[in-house]
Amino acid sequence: MMPAIRAKASGKTAFVNVRLLDPATGLDQTGGLLIQDGVIAEVGPSITRDKLPSDCRVIDGQGLCLAPGLVDMRVQVREPGFEHQETIETAGKSASVGGVTTMIALPNTDPVIDDVAGVEFVARRARKVGLAKVFVYGAVSKGIEGHEITEMGLLHQAGAVAFCDGVQTIASARLLRQALSYTTFFDGMIVQHPEEPELSRGGHMNSGELATRLGLSGVSPLAEVIQIERDIRLAEMTGGRLHFAHISTGESVEVIRRAKKRGLKITCDTAPFYFALNENAVSDYRTFAKLSPPLRAEDDRQAIVMGLADGTIDAIASDHNPQDQDSKRLPFAQAAAGGVGLETLLPITLELYHNGHMSLLDAIGKITHAPAKLMKLENHGTLAAGSAADIVVFDPGRPAKIDPYKFQSKSKNSPFDGRLIQGIVLRTLIDGREVFTHPSCIEGS
Amino acid sequence: MGPAADHYPHPHLLGIEGLTPGEITLILDRAQHYAEKNRTADKTSNILAGSTVVNLFYENSTRTLTSFELAAKRLGADVINMTVGTSSVKKGETLIDTAMTLNAMNPDALVVRHADSGAVKLLSEKVNCAVLNAGDGRHEHPTQALLDALTIRRHKGRLHRLTVAICGDIAHSRVARSNILLLNTMGSRVRLIAPPTLIPSKIDRMGVEIFHDMEEGLKDCDIVMMLRLQLERMEGSFIPSVREYFHFHGLDRAKLANAKPDALIMHPGPMNRGVEIDSEVADDVERSVIREQVEMGVAVRMAALEMLVQNHRNLAGGHS
Repeated sequence: MMPAIRAKASGKTAFVNVRLLDPATGLDQTGGLLIQDGVIAEVGPSITRDKLPSDCRVIDGQGLCLAPGLVDMRVQVREPGFEHQETIETAGKSASVGGVTTMIALPNTDPVIDDVAGVEFVARRARKVGLAKVFVYGAVSKGIEGHEITEMGLLHQAGAVAFCDGVQTIASARLLRQALSYTTFFDGMIVQHPEEPELSRGGHMNSGELATRLGLSGVSPLAEVIQIERDIRLAEMTGGRLHFAHISTGESVEVIRRAKKRGLKITCDTAPFYFALNENAVSDYRTFAKLSPPLRAEDDRQAIVMGLADGTIDAIASDHNPQDQDSKRLPFAQAAAGGVGLETLLPITLELYHNGHMSLLDAIGKITHAPAKLMKLENHGTLAAGSAADIVVFDPGRPAKIDPYKFQSKSKNSPFDGRLIQGIVLRTLIDGREVFTHPSCIEGS
Repeated sequence: MGPAADHYPHPHLLGIEGLTPGEITLILDRAQHYAEKNRTADKTSNILAGSTVVNLFYENSTRTLTSFELAAKRLGADVINMTVGTSSVKKGETLIDTAMTLNAMNPDALVVRHADSGAVKLLSEKVNCAVLNAGDGRHEHPTQALLDALTIRRHKGRLHRLTVAICGDIAHSRVARSNILLLNTMGSRVRLIAPPTLIPSKIDRMGVEIFHDMEEGLKDCDIVMMLRLQLERMEGSFIPSVREYFHFHGLDRAKLANAKPDALIMHPGPMNRGVEIDSEVADDVERSVIREQVEMGVAVRMAALEMLVQNHRNLAGGHS
């Protein structure tokens, strides 16, 4: 399952005087954490400076938060094939700064990750880069063409953690049915980009008053709901595990809520864009806010927040989609959709906590434990003893302003440009190795 | 609707959105002056002598391009026409690169038409000169709305308390959007008449009444504004056939009988005779002002170019 066998930090490091946040176990308490040989050896309120062995490097967290490193289940690393937009290395740096220690990469590269060699290529590159861990989705259909299923069992065995067709909808009901059915023998998961392609064709933003005023073709929220409703039927029929990516409408939340109540194996995620922004962000033809699915109405945004709070929406993924300037500095209809997200995943998710919609522990759970569990990544997304020492230390209250030109990502297309946020990453550790230290902490320890 | 503003305060004319009634009146008053002058032997002046106007058209257009060219020449400006076919844009430089290149040649005004909504605004952000929107996608076509308004004002003596029906392909029409904005700003009532597939979503929020039945919608209207059916922009089945469209939504004498007896017939051109309008109605010298619209087009564009270039000159003068 592990895509990469990398060097683990040897020796002992401990954090003391930190607010421990482990959504997997419900731990939210001041205490300490001891890392030994890249693995969490001990965690809890009893770990204090005086109880640690003398050969241990000790970092005083000054009461700030320590959580499992973020698991981002929807990232486009753009390598191979689109290295002018992002590479595994630049995405890795971007992840480190954002506190993300595990990324699940979409297969829509060139070549498409639809065979074992592709899975192994990404694993090899990620191992060499040695930053965030990179797992991949295998493509559902060969070449993401929507016709024939890939060698899903072999891809799974090689390390593909789930399957999707990248940013394309698995449109054929027959193909999706076969994929859902086939993957049940190893309990694989299919991730759908829910957007009925015929209904949404040619659309560039949410349909409605603003689209009409701007003279842009719209993508109806119905395109998402219709796809979800159809696919739920297929999941029910096959018994397969189906996950909907980046849901954006209130009705989608409602439909999934009902499906879950009926006990179906349906899960979903959303991206920070959809609970932090609404369609007004594209006024003035701002192409950086052109996303897929498009930003929706304010009612939808509020419904997404509610869906996160009540657990209908299982996880939050950054939907990191780097685009170069030339793909964005165009008339709206011609511009590419997508926004970078790795470096804003934590602070925007923290808005749910700051705005009083969720507890800090629950908010962090959506970007750590929940995606790790969906992807069956054992020993990830938790602080439990024996887990990989993938850790983020952050100050949940410190104010900052988002400046994409300071991003480590190769691309700067963030719809959050200039947004005032609260919460910054101070340290990121992967397997006990510190891969990012905020400048303000370099002297401090 | 109150007096004219004392000056036009914007660097560009990108749309009707954002213009006040006073600013619209100011442009129309100046255009009226040119309309009169254009009917005399002394059509030209040297008010913009020494300035450069570039017409940058990314969509084919004979009428609008000619109208702008003539307007600029009558004011004494030097005019360059650049018609860039859509296909060559795709392989060639981007809109912004073209804008930067032209900007380096220091024109005073750029008149831009583009197939994408918002493209003219994007371009205006990258250049130092005045930018005049000659139509962007389905978004706005401000000089068309202004020339329509001038034509209406000349016949009805006002722009408020009129009932104006805009009929036909609303979905693909920038002319409709600019006219809705202008007529609402000036205090008239706008009705849209079209089959449901050609009515964009939530357009009622722009303050219009929607009708699907032509006879019902035309009842007691002062103005009947027909739109060209833009078959070339249609993807999928918006209407079953041209024959069916004309049957239900084409303007003929029988349907027109529902409007006020002195209702004006307007069309932005080019007309599809027998599709959205019957020739008999289009050529009715008593009712149709379609040719006068073309005439007013030159006058309105002269007024707009004059104001924008003078603003630009004042601005440039202030900087040096």
